[in-house]
Amino acid sequence: MSKQWPLWEIFIRGQHGLNHRHVGSLHAPDADTAIKHARDVYTRRNEGVSIWAVEAQHIAASSPSEKGPLYEPSESKVYRHPTFFDIPDDVGAM
Amino acid sequence: MYAQMVKSEATQDDPDKLVAFQARIDAGEKIEPKDWMPEGYRKTLIRQIGQHAHSEIVGQLPEGNWITRAPTLERKAILLAKVQDEAGHGLYLYCAAETLGVSRDELTEMLLDGRMKYSSIFNYPTLTWADMGAVGWLVDGAAIMNQVPLQRTSFGPYSRAMIRICKEESFHQRQGFDIMMKMANGTEAQKRMAQDALNRFWYPSLMMFGPSDKDSVHSAQSMAWKIKMNTNDELRQKFVDQTVPQAEYLGLTVPDPDLRWNDDKGGYDFSEPDWAEFFDVIKGNGPCNVERLAARNKAWDDGAWVRDGLMAHADKKRARQMAAE
Ligand SMILES: [Fe+2]
Ligand SMILES: [Fe+2]
Ligand SMILES: [Fe+2]
Repeated sequence: MSKQWPLWEIFIRGQHGLNHRHVGSLHAPDADTAIKHARDVYTRRNEGVSIWAVEAQHIAASSPSEKGPLYEPSESKVYRHPTFFDIPDDVGAM
Repeated sequence: MYAQMVKSEATQDDPDKLVAFQARIDAGEKIEPKDWMPEGYRKTLIRQIGQHAHSEIVGQLPEGNWITRAPTLERKAILLAKVQDEAGHGLYLYCAAETLGVSRDELTEMLLDGRMKYSSIFNYPTLTWADMGAVGWLVDGAAIMNQVPLQRTSFGPYSRAMIRICKEESFHQRQGFDIMMKMANGTEAQKRMAQDALNRFWYPSLMMFGPSDKDSVHSAQSMAWKIKMNTNDELRQKFVDQTVPQAEYLGLTVPDPDLRWNDDKGGYDFSEPDWAEFFDVIKGNGPCNVERLAARNKAWDDGAWVRDGLMAHADKKRARQMAAE
């Protein structure tokens, strides 16, 4: 059996200046073809103006078992949110 | 549906882990590929998503059959776009299945050698242009019925694939209904073609939801896991209730003498499809099973040199680049 084309993750930036967003994956032999395939599949209805293709094997991901230790430190730091501070109405918009 | 009669796998995992897993699902959490999951959940999903993906791909054949013969250039462009969308649907679903540890090529080979199934509906022929209307209206309509609730399924990648697919499906159903409207309001001959298409596709469309709940033994586990959201009969009833008024609007007759509105249940009473025919089609004896699988096998074999050639070229380019660095 022949070798399977590698898997690419596709990120697309929409028209309104937002970040590139992950939209899905596809198989392609190389980066140029990955972008062409992404154009064909993921921008069929004006979804975007810029495509990133990243070979899936190069993406490092946090592991679900680390969820606790990774995110717990931020849970106790409510003062990082603006709503933590009571600003009197008299001060006006802030 | 696109995935009919998917057998839930028994699961032999650590009971504590199973309880914790079920609690996550009950709480509405999404399960992601790297999370712990029961072996049965993984295997059932591979089978279900794989079957769904195969249906999208094989489903291109009956419609692809009419692209070169569409009555106008506009109809041709529309049908082409619809069939292209279905290729994308197959891709999204194969990618979702791949996150469960099966490769795309493995899935393809299991389709090609008959180890995996696709929906029974695509084993029926598309004989006239009116069939393009009936397929979009009824077949995509039935698919939508099933796919909309699956957007809330527990497995993250499957749910996200369903959300993308649902966005495109309503174009499919509308273009089909648009063809039916043209035909049903056309000449006598066109009207006859529209009625004939409805006659042939009505019961096969009802079969898409799978066997009756009383014969569908694998639902309970899949429903607890939220990889099946409604029972087969629930969805079939919903489909009939939605479709009958549309047929009336077209001035066409649903080919069921026992169809009538039931005030008590707030829905239509209707005849069951011929389940013996359904099981026979699933077994491989439908009008087009052999043709469909032959077409997929031919496409795969004929495309081998292209896949290999592009891969070899990419490898060579990479090697050259590495040597230059
Ligand atoms: Fe589809
Ligand atoms: Fe479809
Ligand atoms: Fe569709």
